[in-house]
Amino acid sequence: MCRKAFLGLSMVLALAAYPGIAIYADKTAAEDASFSKQISRDDRILQALNRLTFGARPGDVVQVKAMGLKKWIEQQLHPGSIAENPILTEKLKPFDTLTMPSDEMVRNYPAPQIVKQMAAGTIPFPTDPDRRLLIQKLAKKDEGKIANGAPPPPNAPDPQALAALLTQPEIRTLRTGTPQERLAAIQAMPRDKQDEVIGALGQGMRQGLFAVAPPDLRRRIELTAGPAQVVARDLQESKIFRAVYSNRQLDEVLVDFWYNHFNVFMDKGADRYLTTEYERDAIRPHVLGKFRDLLEATAKSPAMLFYLDNWQSVGPNTPQALRGGPNAQRRGLNENYGRELMELHTLGVDGGYTQKDVTEVARCFTGWSIDQPQRGGSFRFAPRLHDNGEKTVLGVKIPAGGGESDGEKVLDIVARHPSTAHFISQKLAQRFVADNPPAALVDRMAHTFLTTDGDIRAVMQTMLDSKEFWSEGAFRSKMKSPLEVVVSAVRASNGNVDFATALVNQVAQLGEPLYRKVEPTGYSNSSQAWMNTGGLMARMNFALQLSSNKVPGVVIDKPAEGTNTALGSPEFQKR
Amino acid sequence: MINRRVFLRNSALAMVGAGTAPMWLTRALGASTGADSSRKKILVAIFQRGAADGLNVVVPHAEKAYYALRPTISIPRPSMGGNSGDAAIDLDGFFGLHPSLAPLKPLFDRQHLAIVDAVGSPDPTRSHFDAQDYMESGTPGLKSTDSGWMNRALVKPVGKVSPVRAVALGATLPRTLTGKQAAVSMQSINAFQVKDEQAAMEFQQMYQACKDPVMQATAKETFEAMAMLQAIQKQPYTPAAGADYPRAPLGDSLKQIAQLIKSDVGMEMAFADIQGWDHHANEVAQKASEGQLANLLHTFGQALSAFWADMGDRMQDIAVVTMSEFGRTARENGNRGTDHGHANCMFVMGGDVKGGKVYGKWPGLEREQLYEGRDLALTTDFRDVLGELVSRQTGNPSLQGVFPGYNPKFLGVIG
Repeated sequence: MCRKAFLGLSMVLALAAYPGIAIYADKTAAEDASFSKQISRDDRILQALNRLTFGARPGDVVQVKAMGLKKWIEQQLHPGSIAENPILTEKLKPFDTLTMPSDEMVRNYPAPQIVKQMAAGTIPFPTDPDRRLLIQKLAKKDEGKIANGAPPPPNAPDPQALAALLTQPEIRTLRTGTPQERLAAIQAMPRDKQDEVIGALGQGMRQGLFAVAPPDLRRRIELTAGPAQVVARDLQESKIFRAVYSNRQLDEVLVDFWYNHFNVFMDKGADRYLTTEYERDAIRPHVLGKFRDLLEATAKSPAMLFYLDNWQSVGPNTPQALRGGPNAQRRGLNENYGRELMELHTLGVDGGYTQKDVTEVARCFTGWSIDQPQRGGSFRFAPRLHDNGEKTVLGVKIPAGGGESDGEKVLDIVARHPSTAHFISQKLAQRFVADNPPAALVDRMAHTFLTTDGDIRAVMQTMLDSKEFWSEGAFRSKMKSPLEVVVSAVRASNGNVDFATALVNQVAQLGEPLYRKVEPTGYSNSSQAWMNTGGLMARMNFALQLSSNKVPGVVIDKPAEGTNTALGSPEFQKR
Repeated sequence: MINRRVFLRNSALAMVGAGTAPMWLTRALGASTGADSSRKKILVAIFQRGAADGLNVVVPHAEKAYYALRPTISIPRPSMGGNSGDAAIDLDGFFGLHPSLAPLKPLFDRQHLAIVDAVGSPDPTRSHFDAQDYMESGTPGLKSTDSGWMNRALVKPVGKVSPVRAVALGATLPRTLTGKQAAVSMQSINAFQVKDEQAAMEFQQMYQACKDPVMQATAKETFEAMAMLQAIQKQPYTPAAGADYPRAPLGDSLKQIAQLIKSDVGMEMAFADIQGWDHHANEVAQKASEGQLANLLHTFGQALSAFWADMGDRMQDIAVVTMSEFGRTARENGNRGTDHGHANCMFVMGGDVKGGKVYGKWPGLEREQLYEGRDLALTTDFRDVLGELVSRQTGNPSLQGVFPGYNPKFLGVIG
């Protein structure tokens, strides 16, 4: 069995080990020529798997060949037509935040200040009785901490509480037993005692228990450690699970691409509870749809409104700005979203806008706000904040009195602008084709963008029909991002992921903490960003850890003796 | 100074056992006591990513317009503070430091810290990405520059140089250190190793045979640096008495840089960054000493002062310079924050620095004095500051090569 698995892995690697030629330098004539030289039929399958998935699994090449490359691509471009992998569905089941509206998430996985408000009665407890009990306990515990002066360091064990809850032999088992013995000891207790005991354990012991616990207990372990963190972990872990297991691989690759394009930093205040919904409802449904729809979904998302501060931008001379007389705190315009909308989301920095346009766009979006952001709120147009005067954006007059529609008109203008068509095409080509994609290809993609009203699927189709995509210049020219290298290693070695927290940490170690890019630029699309000494070192170490099954939560088909280095090889860093 | 180096060399050799000392170590250590025994100067650059609000960092407290432009987020005049620690700390009767930067005041008083104000990139962009790119490449307005100014400032090696002569702390190599000369990025000194020796050798062979020249070269730098760092790994590092590094990424980075310097591994340049300065909203809380900017400045000031204390008289060989891509609007915006602006301030710290002074011509904050009617105008090009440091600190004879197309005008910050 081991041998068969190894053959699978070595095939993936061997096929990948095509002489890669770096394309980091400026364009040269030779390079241009390399984009017209076509790769072989077999390599085409690899190219498709390298670029449209998170890496080939053993057997994928054979499968695509059997189905026919054309048909496989057609399917990937229509993810709805692909049955999802039941293993993935099963793996995602415990992550209940993934399907919750933000406000429900806030109540079920409350941050400390929300717990306090629930205890004070200003916010209702969740309806689920178990959840309610747990949060009531948390509130009590917080009160206790406050009453006892300085709170103990988080995640430290609480020996007094343990002694009060358990007998000495029970404590001994928890201290010195095997993971299975500990688990059995916990499971022998009544349910609410389990929660209290887990709450009193130190973080190290909790982690040990976590590794062997069934999903339901895992969930409760996470909850006692702090419900607010569960939301972030669900999102990060599910990203890994989807990338590893989904049959709709291109869909997942594009969710990664578009989330990164419309980046939101998960740890900025209210975005802790708004990011899940953002990716699920604003990004995911539109990744192969119309760009205009995707743009509006992000523009109206509470996550983006909060991240780029537009929710509190106020038109000068509006009722809100003038409220309370001259001594009241002045509120006014905030340019943040207006600028990034043009620079990063649509036109590109050289797309032909001015500082005046930034201010005018910001005026148009005043009033695009959020109802109760800290409670997982929703989009709200607030007329009292809106600047109702006339504006001019990129030379187009937007008459006075437009209200909410001012922002929509801006989206119309920028979504259909030739600069946007070019900027988006360039960025897609850089992700899928080459670091410096040939201008002719980008022009053709931009043409499709303009003639199809920004149909992303059509733009992808143009790219996939191009000779450049299937050329030697493109083939194996891209360095994998940290997410790509971690996930492709798991896929290539037929890994089974039980829990993904360690993989999430690996991706962060390699330089790409998921959902945690502070700047609105998102992570770089280019190979160069990931080519450095510290990164290579971390990649080699990850390969060794994974190959020797030392990454917690992951079991791979072990390669034969002496081949632990394959996943850290130069070839494997490329796609 | 020489004595200490010889001592360190001997102890480093003793550490690995004199008979079995790897070639690289004897070579590397030999180089520092060879014919050229002149002290190696070290340049440390710190990038504040996100555009720090210079006007609230170095506060023009004697400027009336400053308070008029910022009714809710200005830092009170020194006279207003009393002992509350909530007002600017006066420097020269005109400028004052943000109260969170109190740890830097003694450095300023001892003339180890100089400040340059109304300084920055002449390019008008207000894009974080472009402005950082220009400041790191050292060529404002020119996107095609394929290397960073720090890399170009590394003198072309004659003979053997340390594989860790240029180090960036962090998961990626910043733009400013990319280029022809070898430069290393690392998350930490201790993590910089392949844990399995056999595998390390296999990897080394694989990457030597790699056909991608960029990858091959990067791997070569990786393995050389790894060999160099082996000797100082697992050595517990104890900063000098009184050096209290903040528990934050910048604190960790400067501590690692300090360890590298004290280990005499031949480092000439180091880079670290601190992110999160893009304060469009709630920059300042109800009190000037509280809020997002105050918290970040607290880390920033504490990290710099800890590094200074840790380095002791080695500071004589070191210059630290800080920068941020652009400043922020002179007028506060509608959300107790500021939007993207133009000129900013820079700090220069070191033993040879002629500190205790705020350099640069103050352009004023009246409406007609503002850049495009909204931002602090620029009177000093950031390359004037960096150029002087490169010239005096790295001994690079060709500033033209480091800042092509520009002739830096020295301010006399270095003595």
